[in-house]
Amino acid sequence: MIEVSNMTKRYAGRTAVDDISFTVAPGEIVGLLGPNGAGKSTTMRVLSGFMPATSGTVRVAGFDVFHESNEARRRIGYMPENNPLYPEMRVREYLKFRARLKGLGWRRSRERVTTVMEQCGLADVGRRVIGQLSKGYRQRVGLADALVHEPDLVILDEPTIGLDPHQIRSVRALIKSLGGKHTVLISTHILPEVEMMCGRVLIMFNGRVLASDTPENLQRRMAGGSQIIAEIAAPLEALNAAFENLGEVEQYDVSLSDGDFFRCALTPREGCDLRPVVFALARQNGWSLRELTRSRHSLEDIYVQVTKPRTEEQE
Amino acid sequence: MTIYWVLLRRELASYFFSLTGYVIIAAITFLTGESFVQLIDALGNDPWPMPVTQMFFGTFYFWLIVLLSAPVITMRLFALEKASGTFETLMTTPVGDFQVVLAKFSAAFLFYAIMWLPLLAGLVLVGHFTNQSGALDFGTVGGMYLGIFLAGAFFISFGCLASSLTRSQMVAAMVSLAFGVSQFALAWWAKNQPVSDQWQSQLLSCFNLFDQMNDLARGAVDTRTVTFYLTTTFLFLFLTLRMVESRRWK
Repeated sequence: MIEVSNMTKRYAGRTAVDDISFTVAPGEIVGLLGPNGAGKSTTMRVLSGFMPATSGTVRVAGFDVFHESNEARRRIGYMPENNPLYPEMRVREYLKFRARLKGLGWRRSRERVTTVMEQCGLADVGRRVIGQLSKGYRQRVGLADALVHEPDLVILDEPTIGLDPHQIRSVRALIKSLGGKHTVLISTHILPEVEMMCGRVLIMFNGRVLASDTPENLQRRMAGGSQIIAEIAAPLEALNAAFENLGEVEQYDVSLSDGDFFRCALTPREGCDLRPVVFALARQNGWSLRELTRSRHSLEDIYVQVTKPRTEEQE
Repeated sequence: MTIYWVLLRRELASYFFSLTGYVIIAAITFLTGESFVQLIDALGNDPWPMPVTQMFFGTFYFWLIVLLSAPVITMRLFALEKASGTFETLMTTPVGDFQVVLAKFSAAFLFYAIMWLPLLAGLVLVGHFTNQSGALDFGTVGGMYLGIFLAGAFFISFGCLASSLTRSQMVAAMVSLAFGVSQFALAWWAKNQPVSDQWQSQLLSCFNLFDQMNDLARGAVDTRTVTFYLTTTFLFLFLTLRMVESRRWK
């Protein structure tokens, strides 16, 4: 659906996107993840056909976004950062205007507007003026606009920014429901969002794509060395001695929790799961155990790890 | 073509969905009304040897209205869209740059034309009470409106250009106001130059907006005037189109 090859975008004297290449298959939900200024928005602007790349080619659904711009644009639903709308228009009227602009006929645009308004939960605010709507509703108007012409590719630039948790949840559910039928490319710097919604993550930093994989695969890559947290009520010396004797424990750190409980952070030797070992230890000694968890490496760790070396290099 | 109409409808509607459109029309109606009070006063005192329409152009009200209204009408066209980001959503739909520029210009121009309608009522009143066929006829009124539209197209197309240059409505308004006033000053200067056969004064006379308007208000349509206004309008629209396209190579 998207083929980006060797795309570079330079603004006056500054390289925003530096020679990136990636492809996205139809029906995928891909998250573009990166800190502010990583080149996410620029990439999306080029993809949407708003401005051309300095070099390299970008094709959407087989059409070059610069040379066959109108054909490509017809197949893209784009919601820019901050979701700009015309505040003086009414919701239904705005969506109809946008549908007509995107080349839908009069009758077809009416049908589609009704459909997307239901899909995005806008059915009861159709006659309200956009400027008076809450931010959550406005965001949904932006989403409805991106979907109104049934695009093959939906590009959403930070779709959940500035929303309250409840609204974020509903927007996420909506985006998730688009998968399969539409190809979705969303950008965000909120990590859990990507984990929740996306089938694949592209991590961008300083205008480059540093990693591209499913969230699970990225986690698996990091899984070796994941820590175990156990809260055990036992004498401190006995605990220390026990961990010292366990061959599977590479490193341990015991600190006082509340009451009789100690919080033990254990790092295993390569590839072994410490949880049954700790449970067996507690049962043998008759210690009470109230928590036993493996801290999964979240995308956050991956993200920090992937983006860190470059920052240091630069400094 | 459908896209042009869809765009035009929205642009025109945006004047009337907000208070701006009504405020502009009210202000302009107030100014034309004021000029008519003066006109009627003058008509009551002395006999005038010229058509009423020509007298209207003789007052400074006409120029004041054109110079003030064109920047106010056009300042938001591109600047507001750029500032609010809707320019991005607009330009990522399958619309052509040309359609956008043309739709915005025509909407501003149509609004300008609507703005001048109350003047017609004033003219009808004058015609009714003077009972003179020579004071007001189709030719002079037609010529007058032609003049109003030509001058409007000229200043509005420049307003479009000014608006496409910047993200700030204020800057756009100031640039087109400065252009309007300097054009006005140039015309004043041209009017007060002695007439000679030298090419400099010939060239200068092209900018003598006052005499051109006077001719039109007498019902005399000079092709040089029409050509001047139309070509400059096209020039400014062409430059606006280039500005809109400039995002592709900037």
